[in-house]
Amino acid sequence: MTDRDLHLGVALAPAGHHPAAWRLTEDRTRLWNPGTYAAQAKTAAAARLDFIAVDDSFAPPSGLVRETQGTLDAVAISARVAPVAAGIGLLPTVTTTHTEPFHTSKAIATLDYVSSGRAGWEAKVSDTAAEADHFGRKAVAEPEELYAEAEDAVEVVARLWDSWEDDAVIRDLPTGRYIDRGRLHYIDFEGPHFSVKGPSITPRPPQGQPLVAVRADADAALGLAARRADIVRIAPGNPDAAHTRRAAVRRAVADAGRDPDRVAVLADLVVHLADTDAEARKGLEGLDRAAGRPWRPNAALFAGTPEALADLIGRWHRDGAADGFTILPAALPSDLDAFANRTVPILRESAGFRREYPGATLRDTFGLDRPANRYAGTVTR
Amino acid sequence: MTESFQNAQSSDRTRPRKQIHLGAHFPGVNNTTVWSDPDSGSQIEFSSFVHLAQTAERGLFDFFFLAEGLRLREHRGRIHDLDVVGRPDTFTVLNALAAVTDRLGLAGTVNTTFNEPYELARQFASLDHLSGGRAAWNAVTSPDAFTGENFRRGGYLERERRYERAAEIIAVARLLWDAWAPDAVEADPATGRFLREGAVEAFAYLGAQFDVSGTFNVPRSPQGHPVIFQAGDSDQGREFGASHADVIFSRHTEHADAKAFYADVKDRLGRHGREERDLLIMPGVSFVLGDTEAEARENAEEVRRKQVGPQTAIAFLEQVWGQDLSHLDPDGPVPEFDPETADVHITRGRVRHQQDQSSIAQRWKAIADAKELSIRELVIETTARLQLVGTPASVAAQIDDYVQGDAVDGFILVPHLTPGGLDRFVDEVVPILQERGSFRTEYTGTTLRDHLGLAPAPTKRGTPQ
Repeated sequence: MTDRDLHLGVALAPAGHHPAAWRLTEDRTRLWNPGTYAAQAKTAAAARLDFIAVDDSFAPPSGLVRETQGTLDAVAISARVAPVAAGIGLLPTVTTTHTEPFHTSKAIATLDYVSSGRAGWEAKVSDTAAEADHFGRKAVAEPEELYAEAEDAVEVVARLWDSWEDDAVIRDLPTGRYIDRGRLHYIDFEGPHFSVKGPSITPRPPQGQPLVAVRADADAALGLAARRADIVRIAPGNPDAAHTRRAAVRRAVADAGRDPDRVAVLADLVVHLADTDAEARKGLEGLDRAAGRPWRPNAALFAGTPEALADLIGRWHRDGAADGFTILPAALPSDLDAFANRTVPILRESAGFRREYPGATLRDTFGLDRPANRYAGTVTR
Repeated sequence: MTESFQNAQSSDRTRPRKQIHLGAHFPGVNNTTVWSDPDSGSQIEFSSFVHLAQTAERGLFDFFFLAEGLRLREHRGRIHDLDVVGRPDTFTVLNALAAVTDRLGLAGTVNTTFNEPYELARQFASLDHLSGGRAAWNAVTSPDAFTGENFRRGGYLERERRYERAAEIIAVARLLWDAWAPDAVEADPATGRFLREGAVEAFAYLGAQFDVSGTFNVPRSPQGHPVIFQAGDSDQGREFGASHADVIFSRHTEHADAKAFYADVKDRLGRHGREERDLLIMPGVSFVLGDTEAEARENAEEVRRKQVGPQTAIAFLEQVWGQDLSHLDPDGPVPEFDPETADVHITRGRVRHQQDQSSIAQRWKAIADAKELSIRELVIETTARLQLVGTPASVAAQIDDYVQGDAVDGFILVPHLTPGGLDRFVDEVVPILQERGSFRTEYTGTTLRDHLGLAPAPTKRGTPQ
């Protein structure tokens, strides 16, 4: 990563990230068909993008009847596309506030198995009362507490991944032992929000440690990102803001005793593409009219040609505003198709974007080694 | 099983042949699964799951089934190391299998104690969407504090409250699955509306176990409600199955016993306003095939010896005697002394039968004396679960007779080997079941409800046509 390879992911959504994007899709009453996500994932994999990100939350639908509503579980979507979209990383969001870290750990480990080493997860907090009411177990907490809990969850998930050493299954006929129990480890985590004994029920995943992504727009999230993230997502409005935020993230990573060059800071970028700038802008205006309100996404919004987008991406990357981008297509599949088929080929020429995946795993894609097991050589009680 | 097969003639020869339902159980984390065989493959690599699921679909099975256990078993205070161990996350594997199969139902155990209903309802609705209507949930209750050490709620559930929680979690899940009207998504450019006004209802549930409210965020899934499996066996468990479940994963396999269980549970349905066809009884059963009956019996004995190796035999004995017996010779005699302490459970994290240990020990000693068995031979004998053993033709006949004789509606087959343990059954037994007119020759529907002959799930507004 020290040579600052360009990283590009795409955030999937059933119809697109614009709330009225359903108007442009063909199969609009069947947006949750598996084929919808599989087609998007295949397009992204064919373009050799780093990953697909699938956002998630337990938040209720907005109730705005003109806008796309309904979300499926992000790990489920990622698992459903894993066998049909080869090579690409899978980065579902999993929230940490109301979920069980034990379940999260085995879910992502299993995603790593079904994808042969292409899994990661984005840890996100649930910060609304509506989500808390869906669970009815605790009140909504302050951001500092939510992120402290998230950090504990990330720690537990990571320990559970290591709770089996790679060679724990021995199938030793003379002694009748299937496993060497000395290579399985209790994690004995105790914290204010939960205690988890371990070991995992799932053996160590192919990557050892699947990647961890954290969104670090909020200052409360910066510590978690600095200490735990392999991928940091930011949503700056312009290159200057990106530059500033990336620098802050890198400083925080260094302060946490980690190498900033081993953490990719990726900017969200909403895109709507057309053959001319005017046409792209007109398209967005049409979607806004359909939604009955102007859409102000919480990230930089690009409406223009695929060629101009390549120019912008190359510039931000070159200038150190970001190590790459998570593309949020306003309309799917059209904006992803245009990005994959027209923008990406230009970036191969202009910004050295990859032609093939460097290896089989998502860690390979990000230039990260397979980590040693923290418990290797330690004695199981 | 041969004897009971003789008695298993259908009582009513005029009615149409019942159709057999079949499930394929991924080999479990216990000593039924033979790992010492050269053909035993990975218990965790995705390719093993794909192989079994695609084999089951080739055999036109109703569903693939995956069990779950949320803490590794321990024996004498240490992780049990003699059996296959290590399993995936249920939802994640089933969703991935949806990508490599088209019609096969995808059933998995998910615990009712260590999950919350909003999240769980969402996960099953998602699986149902992403599989085109093939999801099933085996709702298993668990009261134990041992497993609870891996979870937030820690602690545990008092034994008598576990069905309360299971009933409530299913009730909340059904409330959520019904929250979106079937026609909620209008997506009509003419009106500009994606959602029909008022088509997504808020929910509120207050019970002894849950106090939850809000709005569900997943549209109604293809099956409306995923198929619900249940495995409880106590009176409370049977009542729970009769009122809540679509399929009972039963343990009753001996013919007369199975028939009694079948009659008992089906009798209960009327009290809950349900009909016979609304609930299927499917015991789990293993099988061993051979070219001749004699060869099949030999194969079965070989499998049993692999399932109960010398160390496993001692471990079983320790479980009953409640103490360290590692000094004993597995090929030697059963100990004369009594279990040291009554009801010491030295194995944790597995299903236990509610029987006191000293009486089991007495019974075991009596059997060993009568038949002059070594420790290992005794354990092979006493821990045997019913298997379908025979030639493909005789195994097909046994299955068919159980079904036509109203002892079961079908079987969940548990192969001994991962991943190829079902291959021969599909290649050689299924065609015979088809020739007998008792098993489908093609899938006629797309959803698991279709395969099982279950009515569509009712909506809030009544039963869909």
